[in-house]
Amino acid sequence: MNRHLISAGDLAKDDALLILDTAEELARVSERSIKKLPTLRGRTVVNLFFEDSTRTRISFEAAAKRLSADVINFSAKGSSVSKGESLKDTALTLEAMGADAVVIRHSASGAPYRLATWVHGSVVNAGDGTHEHPTQALLDAFSMRRRLGGLEGRKVTIVGDVLHSRVARSNVLLLHTLGAEVTLVAPPTLLPVSVGSWPCEVSYDLDAVLPKSDAVMMLRVQKERMNAAYFPSEREYSRRYGLDRDRFAKMPDDAIVMHPGPMNRGMEIAAEVADSARSTIVEQVANGVTIRMAVLYLLLGGEIA
Amino acid sequence: MSDSRAVLEAPDIHRALTRIAHEILERTKGAGDVVLLGIPTRGATLARRLGDRIERFEGVKTPVGSIDITMYRDDLRRGPARPLGRTELPPDGIDGRVVVLVDDVLYSGRTVRAALDALNDLGRPAAVQLATLVDRGHRELPIRADYVGKNLPTAKSEKVKVYLEEIDGRDAVLLMKEGAR
Repeated sequence: MNRHLISAGDLAKDDALLILDTAEELARVSERSIKKLPTLRGRTVVNLFFEDSTRTRISFEAAAKRLSADVINFSAKGSSVSKGESLKDTALTLEAMGADAVVIRHSASGAPYRLATWVHGSVVNAGDGTHEHPTQALLDAFSMRRRLGGLEGRKVTIVGDVLHSRVARSNVLLLHTLGAEVTLVAPPTLLPVSVGSWPCEVSYDLDAVLPKSDAVMMLRVQKERMNAAYFPSEREYSRRYGLDRDRFAKMPDDAIVMHPGPMNRGMEIAAEVADSARSTIVEQVANGVTIRMAVLYLLLGGEIA
Repeated sequence: MSDSRAVLEAPDIHRALTRIAHEILERTKGAGDVVLLGIPTRGATLARRLGDRIERFEGVKTPVGSIDITMYRDDLRRGPARPLGRTELPPDGIDGRVVVLVDDVLYSGRTVRAALDALNDLGRPAAVQLATLVDRGHRELPIRADYVGKNLPTAKSEKVKVYLEEIDGRDAVLLMKEGAR
């Protein structure tokens, strides 16, 4: 495995399977009364969050703490960054504090790549701009594998704002590596120009794709990025691309519904669909901690070059 | 392979396990409280075999599980991160039970030390005992086995390799000189 985890595309099939298999064993730790392992004692993990993300940050924090690593949370608000410090100077500061791993969330696509050239520790991308979010893709793949039994040849449909979604991009890359067939469904305005070069199919008709899907992943409509009239109205989006009860009924009986959260109930997904037994949304959160434990263990558990 | 020789063949391994199963029954007065926990990979297989024997001899069904010690190793930082083995406890857990740890080879004792740490996080057994197929000496920690299949004097430069039917397709214990594989 690489020293960093920045893009899901960097993971070879063996690497990805090693992470999933490691997570499978670590999932058992979450079920016991003492949910802690001594493995990363003396290692320091810095959560460097330039964008707000409580869910991802606490997930990484819980994962690091369950492995006994020391965790330092650095959020840009109210820190030296708001006083004008550059990413590089922040990185050098963390380096001087002896960070063995830096988990970075940044609004600029590619920020983790820059960071990796400045620090000696491992860099884990926790979401950079509209680029990638590899641990989300890993936890989604893990959740699917647990529910569906395997990913080879499975049909996964990802619906929504692909243009701004780092989750979609990472998922397409990882699921392709793992042998699943991905179909993206979105309004044409919310697909990136380059989508033709991605290893996946594209459709504009959700109703046609649903009956042959093993898993349907709904993406959040990111209201904070809906600033250019990508669709006429929320109501129209919801009618054409939302997963409501009628559409849910069109899915095969054993197909699952996923959402990376936080979700807009009633917008991209109906409340009763989100709460159904075939929804993995709550599992995905628990699996997030497990998969991040696996990633931190595999990056930091051994010898650090 | 001229520089490796079999110190135990299949019948020897079977006899050793049979004797250990009897010893466990004798020492624990019928194995009523016993939980067998094997250390993956081969220890877990040996634990299952011991469980089968105990059931055959006295009709008591002994809970069998496995305990992975990877995350508790003291040499994790030498070399890349290792893949994990499986930890699987019997449904009733290990609290108040007599846990018999099962491993294939007892050498430095560091694996057993790690297993004791791991046990500590899993529950509180009434007692912990240790069974090993081969004790090859050279302990680096104050640890000894309660049940030993074969005491095997070795040089530190030699290697002991255990093969088991379920994993390797045959039963044997080989002693290899340095440089052999």
